[in-house]
Amino acid sequence: MINYIYPEYEIIRNPDKCISCGVCVRQCANEVHENINKTNKVICDDSKCVNCHRCAVLCPTRAIKIVKSGNTYRENANWNCKTIDEIYKQAQSGGVLLSGMGNPENYPVYFDKILLNASQVTNPSIDPLREPMETRVFLGKRPDDIMRESNGKLINNLPPQLPLSMPIMFSAMSYGSISYNAHESLARAAAQLGILYNTGEGGLHEDFSKYGKNTIVQVASGRFGVHVGYLNAGAAVEIKMGQGAKPGIGGHLPGTKIVGDISRTRMIPEGSDAISPAPHHDIYSIEDLRQLVFSLKEATQYKKPVIVKIAAVHNITAIASGIARSGADIIAIDGFRGGTGAAPTRIRDNVGIPIELALASVDKRLRDEGIRRNVSIVVGGSIRSSADIVKAVALGADCVYIGSSALMAMGCHLCRNCHAGRCNWGIATQVPELVKRLNPDIGSKRLVNLLTAWRHEIKEMMGLMGINSIETLKGNRLMLRGVGLNEKELQILGIKHAGE
Amino acid sequence: MKVKSYKWGRHTFKVHLCRKGTSENMKAKGLDFKQLNEQIRACVRVGNKNIKIDDCCGQRFICSGFSAETPTQITINGTPGNALGAYLDGGCTITVNGNAQDAVGDTMNDGKIIIHGNAGDALGYSMRGGSIFVKGDAGYRAGVHAKEYKDKKPVIVIGGKVGSFLGEYLAGGLLIALGSVGGFTGTGMHGGKIYIRTSEPPKNLSAQVIATIAENLDEIRPYIVEFAKHFGANAQEILKAQFYVLKPNAKNPYKQLYVMN
Repeated sequence: MINYIYPEYEIIRNPDKCISCGVCVRQCANEVHENINKTNKVICDDSKCVNCHRCAVLCPTRAIKIVKSGNTYRENANWNCKTIDEIYKQAQSGGVLLSGMGNPENYPVYFDKILLNASQVTNPSIDPLREPMETRVFLGKRPDDIMRESNGKLINNLPPQLPLSMPIMFSAMSYGSISYNAHESLARAAAQLGILYNTGEGGLHEDFSKYGKNTIVQVASGRFGVHVGYLNAGAAVEIKMGQGAKPGIGGHLPGTKIVGDISRTRMIPEGSDAISPAPHHDIYSIEDLRQLVFSLKEATQYKKPVIVKIAAVHNITAIASGIARSGADIIAIDGFRGGTGAAPTRIRDNVGIPIELALASVDKRLRDEGIRRNVSIVVGGSIRSSADIVKAVALGADCVYIGSSALMAMGCHLCRNCHAGRCNWGIATQVPELVKRLNPDIGSKRLVNLLTAWRHEIKEMMGLMGINSIETLKGNRLMLRGVGLNEKELQILGIKHAGE
Repeated sequence: MKVKSYKWGRHTFKVHLCRKGTSENMKAKGLDFKQLNEQIRACVRVGNKNIKIDDCCGQRFICSGFSAETPTQITINGTPGNALGAYLDGGCTITVNGNAQDAVGDTMNDGKIIIHGNAGDALGYSMRGGSIFVKGDAGYRAGVHAKEYKDKKPVIVIGGKVGSFLGEYLAGGLLIALGSVGGFTGTGMHGGKIYIRTSEPPKNLSAQVIATIAENLDEIRPYIVEFAKHFGANAQEILKAQFYVLKPNAKNPYKQLYVMN
């Protein structure tokens, strides 16, 4: 059948620079480049290119560049190239569109419409290079009251807390969706930085049990790899109710991907499909959720905080209020831009709400109800920079989850083809030759670099606001002003417009 | 079991003093689930192998996450609450002389639960190993997403009626229903087997499931024998009846057709 789709990208090889070394041929798992008939001449098939830049970056003479194809449909404002291509794909296959990474569509990014305050004249700013600045946070439930022995000595009634050196954690990415080396990079970086990474739904590989105190173990609807040893192996247990990229739907890892180690950590036979049902079928209400929370607490003897992760959806405030009363210690909210290894395109691009609005309204609702201290709030769903983190904290978050940014630190070029399993950067793949391209020494180092830099920037931004502790910034919306936002948006965010 | 209580300010704390021995009797009456579970844990810690709980009245999460190094019998007289034996691991056998409530054996990995009565909804949700025997009926969603791995193979035997959605998303293991089943049995199943004692194939099956008359019952025989032993039934009598077996339909698997975008 004729493929109606013209390639999206074009590979331009400069024949004057190309030395026919064959690096591009060997490096591309999508088999774009090819030596013709054992000659030195290399040709390429643009239609296979996903624009991951592996060949362009590794070409020793910089002979390759990849450009967006100049060839275009007769598109208009309503029928753009992407929409037309999608129709061709479905007309050809009859399949549901499947995509990788977060929502790429042109919805407002509220972080980009919020500006930070700075001290001028009336209050001094602080120089973080000279003065101590505190970025440590503790996640968990705060006690209701202070308890004392009859002699006045304090009784430690503090529920379990997660200490973090900075308000950042690596969000859930399962072993299976990303590679062994990617997981090792995350685990090592988390240990070095004094933060946490998250196993996702794929279970915990035995090699990583040594990073236990920097690990969040996840319990999702499929309960893959979940047993009592696993629950006690980490610092906290996360119940995954939903994910920003695909709220309300389950997951399906095909049997072909359940091989070797993946099968062992998920504790399912090789070749069997790993299906995560859309809901947890033991949770149909907040009361049921409470039951799962407490069964996990009993199984871990109240030593581990329990996180409930939900996607940001329309009734997020009421849901969060329920979770805050369910006994959970931490609520993690994933905005509609959250990343994913694979999600149906239509769901990723059309379901959920922006994290900024969800966060602001949840924080307000919990404060209004007097239950904010019942839980810490962690937000994710496209945290792209230290500025996003500072703004999120000022909107009421205790901490953020980063996923896509962490992957990019490890080398991800955002080609958004994670679901294909042929990641040329060794991240979203299980092919051994590709996995070894990501060296965990380098991967973890780059993650440490990124977060160390962000931490410096957070301190700078706190310093210029005259704040020396991240706790003081939390929910401090006076430090925020909106630009180009309407009254309703400002009201939901709980901030004033710039100039007010 | 002795409970020593003392005051700290306005708060009263209880410390459970468990005698070291091979058996321990305790009264659940008036205890909340945290206290009761802490008591049971204290007994298992000192190596008691036979623990009896009287007057159980809805306390939840009993034996949640339990595993014992040596075989330990836990007998519950009364009605344990939801999530009995959740995440149960090896070494523990729980016997309930009464009815159990919802989510018995949730995500259970090993061990055994024997219920001399009825069980509630979501029995054995997502269990990976071990076995559950119910003398009477079970509610909706029994054995949803049970799965097997290597030597672990979960088994649920239900003597009476079962509600709808038995074995939904079943990925592995054996579910055996000796009484009638509700609708939508095995929807989305992609592994495992469901045996139903019936002369008629169950109604409302989805296209992902095929039901055939079981030609032989060798696979379920040991579990039926064990069921009969626990509840004083006649195994031969049960095995004489006709069983239907439900398996995933290889021609119409549970999956979505995707196209890379």
